[in-house]
Amino acid sequence: MKPPPFEYIKPSSIDEALVHLAEHGYDAKPLAGGQSLIPMMNFRLAQPAVLVDLNNIPELSFIRRDEQGGLSIGAMTRHYMVEHDLLVAERAPLVSEAMPHIATTQIRSRGTFGGSIAHADPSAELVAISVALDGRFQLRGQAGTREIDARDFFLGMFTTQVEPEELLVEIALPPMPPRTGWALKEISRRPHDFALVGVAALVTLNGRDQIEAARIVLFSVGDGPVIAEKAGDLLQDQPATQDLFRAAAEIAGTEDVDPSSDIHASSAYRRQLVKVLTRQALETALDRARESVN
Amino acid sequence: MKKYIGERIKRNEDPRLLTGQALFVDDVDLPGMLYAAFLRSDYAHARLISIDVSEALQRPGVVAVYTAEIMGDEWQPGPANVSPPPTVENITFHSRTQLPLAKGKVRHVGEPIAVVVAESRYIAEDALEDILIEFEPLEVVADIEKALDPEAPLVHDDLDSNLAAYMVQDKGDYQAAKTKADVIIKRRIEIDRGAAAAMENRGIVANWEARSQHLTVWDTTQAPIPIRNGVASRLGLNQTQVRVIAPYIGGGFGPKMMMHYPEEIMIPWLSVKLGRPVKWIEDRRENFFGTTQERSQVHDAEILLSNEGKILGISHKFLHDSGAYDPYGLTIPLNTESHAAGAYDVPNYHSELTVVFTNKMYTSPIRGAGRPQGIFLVERLLDIAARELGIDPLEIRLRNLIPPEAFPYDREIIDQAFALLTFDSGNYKPAIEMAAEKIGYEQFIKEEGPRLRAEGHTVGIGIIPFVETTGVGPYEGARVNIEPSGKVTVATGVGTQGQGHFTSFAQIVAEQLGVPVSDIDLVTGDSADFHWGTGTFASRGAVVAGNAIHASASIVRGKVLKLASKLLNAPEEELELEDGFVRVADLPRLSISLGDLAAEANPLRGAVEPGTEPGLEATAYFGPKSGATAFGVHAMIIEVDQETLMVEIKRYVVVEDCGTVLNPLILDGQVHGGVAMGIGNSYYEQLIFDENAQLLNASFADYLIPTACEIPNIEVAHFVTPSPLNPLGTKGAGEAGAIPVPALFAQALENAFADVGLEILEMPLSPNRLFELLQEKVSQP
Amino acid sequence: MSDHYQLSITVNDTQYQREVDPRLLLSDFLRHELGLTGTHIGCEHGVCGACTVLYDGLPIRSCLMFAVQADGHHILTVESLGNPENLHVIQQAFWDAHGLQCGFCTPGILMTLVPFLENNPHPDEDQIRHAISGNLCRCTGYQHIVDAVKLAAEYMHS
Repeated sequence: MKPPPFEYIKPSSIDEALVHLAEHGYDAKPLAGGQSLIPMMNFRLAQPAVLVDLNNIPELSFIRRDEQGGLSIGAMTRHYMVEHDLLVAERAPLVSEAMPHIATTQIRSRGTFGGSIAHADPSAELVAISVALDGRFQLRGQAGTREIDARDFFLGMFTTQVEPEELLVEIALPPMPPRTGWALKEISRRPHDFALVGVAALVTLNGRDQIEAARIVLFSVGDGPVIAEKAGDLLQDQPATQDLFRAAAEIAGTEDVDPSSDIHASSAYRRQLVKVLTRQALETALDRARESVN
Repeated sequence: MKKYIGERIKRNEDPRLLTGQALFVDDVDLPGMLYAAFLRSDYAHARLISIDVSEALQRPGVVAVYTAEIMGDEWQPGPANVSPPPTVENITFHSRTQLPLAKGKVRHVGEPIAVVVAESRYIAEDALEDILIEFEPLEVVADIEKALDPEAPLVHDDLDSNLAAYMVQDKGDYQAAKTKADVIIKRRIEIDRGAAAAMENRGIVANWEARSQHLTVWDTTQAPIPIRNGVASRLGLNQTQVRVIAPYIGGGFGPKMMMHYPEEIMIPWLSVKLGRPVKWIEDRRENFFGTTQERSQVHDAEILLSNEGKILGISHKFLHDSGAYDPYGLTIPLNTESHAAGAYDVPNYHSELTVVFTNKMYTSPIRGAGRPQGIFLVERLLDIAARELGIDPLEIRLRNLIPPEAFPYDREIIDQAFALLTFDSGNYKPAIEMAAEKIGYEQFIKEEGPRLRAEGHTVGIGIIPFVETTGVGPYEGARVNIEPSGKVTVATGVGTQGQGHFTSFAQIVAEQLGVPVSDIDLVTGDSADFHWGTGTFASRGAVVAGNAIHASASIVRGKVLKLASKLLNAPEEELELEDGFVRVADLPRLSISLGDLAAEANPLRGAVEPGTEPGLEATAYFGPKSGATAFGVHAMIIEVDQETLMVEIKRYVVVEDCGTVLNPLILDGQVHGGVAMGIGNSYYEQLIFDENAQLLNASFADYLIPTACEIPNIEVAHFVTPSPLNPLGTKGAGEAGAIPVPALFAQALENAFADVGLEILEMPLSPNRLFELLQEKVSQP
Repeated sequence: MSDHYQLSITVNDTQYQREVDPRLLLSDFLRHELGLTGTHIGCEHGVCGACTVLYDGLPIRSCLMFAVQADGHHILTVESLGNPENLHVIQQAFWDAHGLQCGFCTPGILMTLVPFLENNPHPDEDQIRHAISGNLCRCTGYQHIVDAVKLAAEYMHS
């Protein structure tokens, strides 16, 4: 399983990378961590004529606080750096919780935050989390810079808004609202497999220990991240009870998703997992929301 | 004298393996070496209308391209590995063997059509894309139950149907027994395919040296000597002109015992043709399509019992999937039959075997080799009978075990060794009681299980006894020699794929010669060092090669004593062998080192006496007429998450009786590995094909081999019933770990979901499948 | 299309200059260009872990990196740990505990363990199993490997 030939370009700045992407258009692929692209090349399922290696552009790797209390993460920041970063743990704990679920330590040594998002695998934790946290992505091309909300970024399986001559350079994660708890739950056959089903949930309390709002984003249930709108609506402005969570989980599994069957899980089993994980995620997020109030 | 057999001795081979200094086939690097890549069919069944390799030939770096057509007269089908048993009457068997390169049509996805030889594997793979093939897709035989439909497409056009074999075997009179049965349980049981998936893929390097007219082949084979013989025969060479080396091999598990794979025929041929060394290393994707698989069977099975739970008879009519060819004969289904009565005294047995061709990769044994299917069958039927009769599952088994006084026990059917199956020895009841005690069976059934369930846990227990036929012939051989340095060198024809032969076999020699294990150097799997033998398979290495080594070491011991007696002027009975010396007991100053003795045995002056040989060397063979039957019991407690149906194994206990244990550390390792494979076969691994016989999960991302997080701690206890069939008293254990696991999972899951009345008649399972089965139960009236 | 790329790489503390095809995988570079055949290839899609080496001290899949990407970087392979006469303490522990059978997956596991044991001097069983869950073994059922890691931790801190 040897990869096909390609022209290899190693720019040392974002601008240099953009020159090459503009020149080659659809013939070129940016090489980030390579942990998804290179296996595809080894299988010869991907055969880019040109690889633009982003691994020598230090300006793409950073974790910064912003003045609004949120975070900004450079697209080429390695997973393992995000995993152990204290600022991320403080400002985006949902991300910290997800990191150990992403593949294996060895993959996380090379895989990148932006790479996972730009690859847009419907089973990727960071894809769902970026939507749950209302992330904003900065894309840069020779023509200029634009920002896209996470909600609008993912167009389908492995498809995003990024044009061939653009690079995803930065991911901004705004701070969670006050009195908000989070949870990431997933089920996979082996610890580092893609999730059969996953949930990223946020629960925000109002001043009276009731649910002001809940955001539930599911992954591995369709072509991209799925926001469980009906479940969210059910939870809005409600006192938190076991029954409510069960009802929300039920709706999430029956009406908010339409998963297809594949070799690992049938549609019916996936729905079951959505219900189970949604309920568990809401419970954990609620506990954490209460903790943050106290 | 110090004991070596039975000791937990560290392995001789480990320092080299640990430091990356051990030679595996892909490590072989020869000057001028070329690299091969095979173009494999993407269709499961299609006619080859035309093949155009001209563009590939023009690619820089490509040295040659071959197809069946280009090979011309030098193309011929591969030899069969195993013929059907000559000892069974009225057997139908249509032999269709694998082909070096497809001709006329392709019969499974992955079948090699063309081979490219180039300066690098990268370039060779590029060239594969240059080859233009016109296919005419044909209808596919993907389902073994549809293979014999009248309108089914023919895998082999020269046959009337997809029937590969048909055979009936009987013990006693099943039909008569049926009239006397109080209870008849009838079920359909389905078992699906899995892969061995050794960590090292297959590989071959062939080097034809034209000046010395000698061919050296490195091959990841479990059968280096038969490969040597087959290659020599194919190429019209003397056997002595061919050397096959099976160096360190990264796991065998059966499919590397399949012989004369297309690549094993082509690569040596290419080296001779091109006059240069040629290397082919299988990649993981190829392994899923081009290395043998197995386990697929469908049984319509029946068990007859008395009201007391005594088995009166077992009958099964079954289909076995051979895949596109049947080079390995009936080995797998014969093993299934040999185990379809388990460890039980079954007076009447009837089996009707139909083997069919399908458009999938052909099958050959994988760890267990048909035994797991047989055990699954009998244990399922027994569990269902137990429920129907209201008898505890352990109790019903105790009532049916073959009692110790019944050995040697005749099954009266032909087994894979073409001999009447006889279980040589066994003492089953105490072993199963040991396992029950260790897992706390009674306590769980009466107290712990109910208590945990009341607390809301879904828990289940299982206990499964099983037999394992091992140690079959035809024979193996070994040569033992003491060198003037004092080191002992040993050679045997079987190969090693991690079983620790370099150590366990050395222990056998050490026991005879009193030489520390670390001073005994073994060569396995090199036909230049030893060229008679069959291979490592069917849990026979320790038994057959081990006993051959024991025999030759004993002869050397005799020579040592005879010569030492002369030189030390002491009677043989007063001599001791210890730490590399021969001493006179009670007179330790009177001693001679074995090395010095060896030098004395090969004098530069003075003739060797007539009827004697120089040196302290002996070659001996061991050819058992029948195999030894091992026994074991596995017990397990599981907890199932009621919502997600993920299973956690809380405890896993093994009692293994493989006769005399050579090295408990190595044996436990073999059991652990077998159990891990069994767990994979039960709840994680399944080769998933679509209706066009396309494999949908041909990668490690989707074919789920258990990791360290899925395998529990396995508590192993040993029970010893030595085999009377060989001087060491050994029985094989290589496959033991894998054999009962699917049956155990089924039993434990049924126990966990007893209130729902879950019945499991298929393997493998998964959380998804368990969910479906439970949904079906819930929706049933 | 450029065929050849000048590569300057440090492997096991030795500097190498080589001209390579950009698509040459790091795993193949180490094994066939440098003859360091201790690193093994099991899948070439990053799952089995047999090819694990250290890249600037981090465990990576060498089958998922092009050699050219390692230009200017430091690689450590199993050959850096020890030799048969002088085993690394982790290798000694594996020998003592029978932590290998065919040995094919072993170098990848050893290289995964080097940083793991450095960062986790007293791991419990659960942590050990998780740490090696990215390395597939088909022979051992993992139990003796876990024993070996526990023993290695003991050896390293006694």
